[in-house]
Amino acid sequence: MQDGQHAAVALRKWASLRDLPDPAMDRALSARRLSEGGGLPAHKLDGNCAAARAMANLDVLIAAPVFAIQLLVDGILIGAVFALVAYGMALVWGVMNVINIAQGEFVMLGGYTGVVCARYLGISPFFGIPLGAAVGFLAGLLVYQLVIRRVVEHDLFTSLLAAFGVSILLAQLLNQAFGPDEVVIDTGLGSLNLFGNMVSVSVIKLVSCGLTVAIGGALMLFLKRSRLGQAIRATAQNARAARVMGIDTDRIYAMTFAINAAICGAAGALVAMIWVVSPYAGLPYTVRSFTIVIMAGLGNLGGVILSAFGLGVIEQFASFIFGAETEFAFVFSFLVLVLIARSLILQRQRKVLR
Amino acid sequence: MMQISKILVRASLIAAALGCPAVLAQAQDTITLGAAVSITGKYATNGKNTQDGYDLAVKQINDKGGVEVGGKTYKLAVKYYDDESTPARGAQLVERLISQDGVKFVLGPYSSGMTKAIAPVTEKYKIPMIEANGADRDLFTQGYKYLFAVLSTSDQYIASAVQLLAELSQEQNKDLKDVKIAIAIENDPFSQDVRNGVAEDAQELGMKVVIDDKLPPDFSDMSSTLTKVKALKPDLLVVSGHTKGVLLGVRQVAEQKIDVPMLAATHCDSAQIIEKFGKQAEYWLCGSQWDESLTYKDDLFGKARFRRAVREDLTTIRRPTRLPSPPLRSRCSRDARHRAALMRRKCGTPSRRPICKPSTAT
Repeated sequence: MQDGQHAAVALRKWASLRDLPDPAMDRALSARRLSEGGGLPAHKLDGNCAAARAMANLDVLIAAPVFAIQLLVDGILIGAVFALVAYGMALVWGVMNVINIAQGEFVMLGGYTGVVCARYLGISPFFGIPLGAAVGFLAGLLVYQLVIRRVVEHDLFTSLLAAFGVSILLAQLLNQAFGPDEVVIDTGLGSLNLFGNMVSVSVIKLVSCGLTVAIGGALMLFLKRSRLGQAIRATAQNARAARVMGIDTDRIYAMTFAINAAICGAAGALVAMIWVVSPYAGLPYTVRSFTIVIMAGLGNLGGVILSAFGLGVIEQFASFIFGAETEFAFVFSFLVLVLIARSLILQRQRKVLR
Repeated sequence: MMQISKILVRASLIAAALGCPAVLAQAQDTITLGAAVSITGKYATNGKNTQDGYDLAVKQINDKGGVEVGGKTYKLAVKYYDDESTPARGAQLVERLISQDGVKFVLGPYSSGMTKAIAPVTEKYKIPMIEANGADRDLFTQGYKYLFAVLSTSDQYIASAVQLLAELSQEQNKDLKDVKIAIAIENDPFSQDVRNGVAEDAQELGMKVVIDDKLPPDFSDMSSTLTKVKALKPDLLVVSGHTKGVLLGVRQVAEQKIDVPMLAATHCDSAQIIEKFGKQAEYWLCGSQWDESLTYKDDLFGKARFRRAVREDLTTIRRPTRLPSPPLRSRCSRDARHRAALMRRKCGTPSRRPICKPSTAT
């Protein structure tokens, strides 16, 4: 059995690598050993020792804070990707009063643009970021002209249903074009090692974080300074008054929706490089950006970044301490807490939560 | 119109030449099997592989003269419907296959979920279903009498890796009580069955499970679980969660520089981790129903190395374009069909013993 021998050699090689001294890890391990007597036997896994396991994981974090740094960094970097998608959703929601359920599908569209760049065009996948944005922009314009335009003046429920239909259609079209398999782009960028290899930061996640901050800043400047940005804000405040003042609100809506799709497209190219894309993998991005926007409150771009980072960090810590199955429970509990807190604060100012 | 009239003319000519009774006898000499497979929807790729496997086996069997039942030889044919990757649709279509199309044997769909939806229907009509793509143990504890599977159940997917770990630890005179396993497996019924298999094996061998994370079904990142792996230094990390699970596992283990002596996963072949990640995918042990590097022998395919035999046949079935190495699902579907043929030929009692042997390959 050649395979078995090969595996045995590999195992020994790794085993010798592992025996290198590593003070922080040893401390962490001894903390864990102290708290649970050296790990749990398999049959005790289910049932009532979840609390003991959580305590043990917490002890690891206290004994070796370097892992807390890793979780914090990962949380912020993950949050950054979702922040991009949430910008777009906040923009469309605020300006057009449309909750774009198809957000995740625009992300996947951008992801596949990146895949086409890397695999079929043979150019660097980083071209996928601007190209994904361009493809997203065009797709956004098309979807607006065909569907959203007809429902934007209707109530929220109608546009919600229309956007839901768009999301199903886009997912199916992507499935027809690329097949249902998960695809990835390998950038070969690797990761940075900090604190003596104890914290590793993926370079592509850093790039995406930088891009998130840049796009967020550019968007803010665009809305504040540019003529189109001012028109967008005017339309958001009062569409009818804006029309009276000579603003072509139909064009403003089209641009807003297309800009949103472009941001999603750029985010999608990053998602393909960081995680995976597949035609049916869009929903989590929609749900997460929805959560972020609700938490941040409408028309609050800074809040979007803050809540995206916050949710990412909470997710990481909850998953580390209580196990990956609990991370969404913590995210949504935190959302409820923030909403209650915000509602209480607003009540004092005689305002209501929007 | 032109085409149809041509066919009609040809058909009537043949009928005239042979005489009508002969045509009827011809029709009777074919056993039609029914299958609802996923041609569209999220299982479309593996559904297509399943169909290719069935077609391949039918071709092989028919080329050798068909199957013999009660001294009479029959050719095989398969009637397919597209279940759209939706369990409810699959059940509906199998009902139609049985009650309207009069199918007497059903071939399984792709995935445990689809098989679970279809099994009650075949059970109701007492029609045997032979399946090769539903590995969840849950399928075989319901007391179904007409469900036959030809693959190892999902709890055995990682068993070889755990066994190898035990053997190598003993070789190194390491007490099995000190051997630690980390599990990062998706929180869906099928993947959790894989997880239960690992936990049970670990318990039996006296190993410790130090991490047991259930990744949410729509998870896209497993970095916090991997940070825990870095902290607790297990001897084996098991990752499973369909193709997405192994893709993220390979990518993030490399990214976070996780040094674990042994890495094991499932779905490596359908995820094509070697093609996608190259060097990063090295040192992963992957559970597979069987492997083309091993030589199998049977009376239908002979002793030829699997790859060559199947490659040649797949080219004739598929368009002869870029041909990937036949993935696991094709191999097993071919096996299901083959087994069905053997069963009928021998008219003996079919067994549920898996004939697709689980094996590990790097």
